[in-house]
Amino acid sequence: MSGPRVAVEGVSKTFRMHLRGGLELPVLRDVAFTVMPGECVVLRGPSGTGKSSILRMVYGNYAVDTGSILVRSGRGTVDIATAAPRDVLALRRSTISYVSQFLRVVPRVSTREIVAASLSGDGIEAAAALDAATDLLLRLNLSPNLLGLPPATFSGGEQQRVNIARGFISSHPLLLLDEPTASLDARNRAAVVALIKAKKASGTAILGVFHDDEVREEVADRDVDVTAFVPGREAA
Amino acid sequence: MTGEPLLAATGVTRLYGDHIGCIDIDLAVWPGEVVAIVGESGSGKTTLLKCLAARLPPSSGTITYRSRDGAAEDIYRLSEAARRALMRTDWGFVWQDAAEGLRMTVSAGANVGERLMATGARHYGRIRSAAVDWLERVEIDARRIDDDPRSFSGGMRQRLQIARNLVTGPRLVFMDEPTGGLDVSVQARLLDLLGTLVRELGLAAILVTHDLAVARLLSDRIVVMKEGRIVETGLTDRVLDDPSHPYSQLLVSSVLQA
Repeated sequence: MSGPRVAVEGVSKTFRMHLRGGLELPVLRDVAFTVMPGECVVLRGPSGTGKSSILRMVYGNYAVDTGSILVRSGRGTVDIATAAPRDVLALRRSTISYVSQFLRVVPRVSTREIVAASLSGDGIEAAAALDAATDLLLRLNLSPNLLGLPPATFSGGEQQRVNIARGFISSHPLLLLDEPTASLDARNRAAVVALIKAKKASGTAILGVFHDDEVREEVADRDVDVTAFVPGREAA
Repeated sequence: MTGEPLLAATGVTRLYGDHIGCIDIDLAVWPGEVVAIVGESGSGKTTLLKCLAARLPPSSGTITYRSRDGAAEDIYRLSEAARRALMRTDWGFVWQDAAEGLRMTVSAGANVGERLMATGARHYGRIRSAAVDWLERVEIDARRIDDDPRSFSGGMRQRLQIARNLVTGPRLVFMDEPTGGLDVSVQARLLDLLGTLVRELGLAAILVTHDLAVARLLSDRIVVMKEGRIVETGLTDRVLDDPSHPYSQLLVSSVLQA
């Protein structure tokens, strides 16, 4: 079972803004890289070069214009670029976790339940899932008296840690991280770094965007320079 | 990868005289999948829902449903008895106006129990305990079991409608603006309830809504309709975060951020 967990090949992406008279914004061209099990690959480049767009395409959240994104799962290899929606959903339940920069949840559901729900695809009993959620949230230094509350009123840093817990609680073999430490203090950054290292040690492939140089140096095995995929001016 | 669809529409068109309801719709729903149909008023989404739910025969095209024994049958060619049995057992309906889906002059318990009796349940004690169980699952105080839904708030009626439909363990639920017309605070609770039930029971659902936030929270896949046609379809978060059709882009960019 060796070989990359995810292999991106020849991927390009152009946004067509129909409300701006069909304006075309080519953002990425010929994106190509792989991530091996147990490896943390970091997408690097200035803001606006399309790092988050790459993560979103790998998650199936953005459409892919050309190329392939092959993800190896327990049930074979799936090309995210062309997979049917239900196959992408099946991959998200079994294989891919994603920590986004935004927490989007059903209102009035408790933090503990939100995090536990990420285990629903893993066949884990509800009580055990809630226990696991509690453990992880406490490791991320969330105050115990917040766990029964919905996260709507939490601070940015607290919401980010809820998002991190949702992504890290399952044992999916591919983890996508979009600036997971952006609004965290030193203590919580250290907690996240420890979690990332533990994931790597257990063989999880990690693809991430980190603005924090210290965190990046601690976790990254390899960088991918995204500016190499930015279409030239003549194309714009 | 996941077998055959539960419900499949092929080339479904429904005209009202010269007026267009929906045109040339191809749509399949797989077991356990929640599909949201979104679009503005008059886009044909409710017409399509009624066609799919065996309530409005299409002018042309076919709709097949795969029953528990695995056979796919045209829902408009079933015998009247078979169609009624389907609607009472395998299918559920949650309408925006709870009065359409409930019997307003009989008790809450009878509203739930009636669907069970229609599937052959006869033991009064068991029917009543199933009704109590379901009222509790939808967070209606069991002491209200003998009250009729006219005395219920809008949110409670909606929850009672859900209990009435889910008590028979349906495989497919049709929902038309299930949170429309409710206070925002009540909507949130109902969304949480619907989301949880759909996940726990592995239901397939077809949800008509004009509210993209509701579609995002409840559905796996989205179908965008405009002037009777499907203009875009795909994974819900993909269509909402990276819409490709001009009309989808307009819809998504028109939502107020709270």
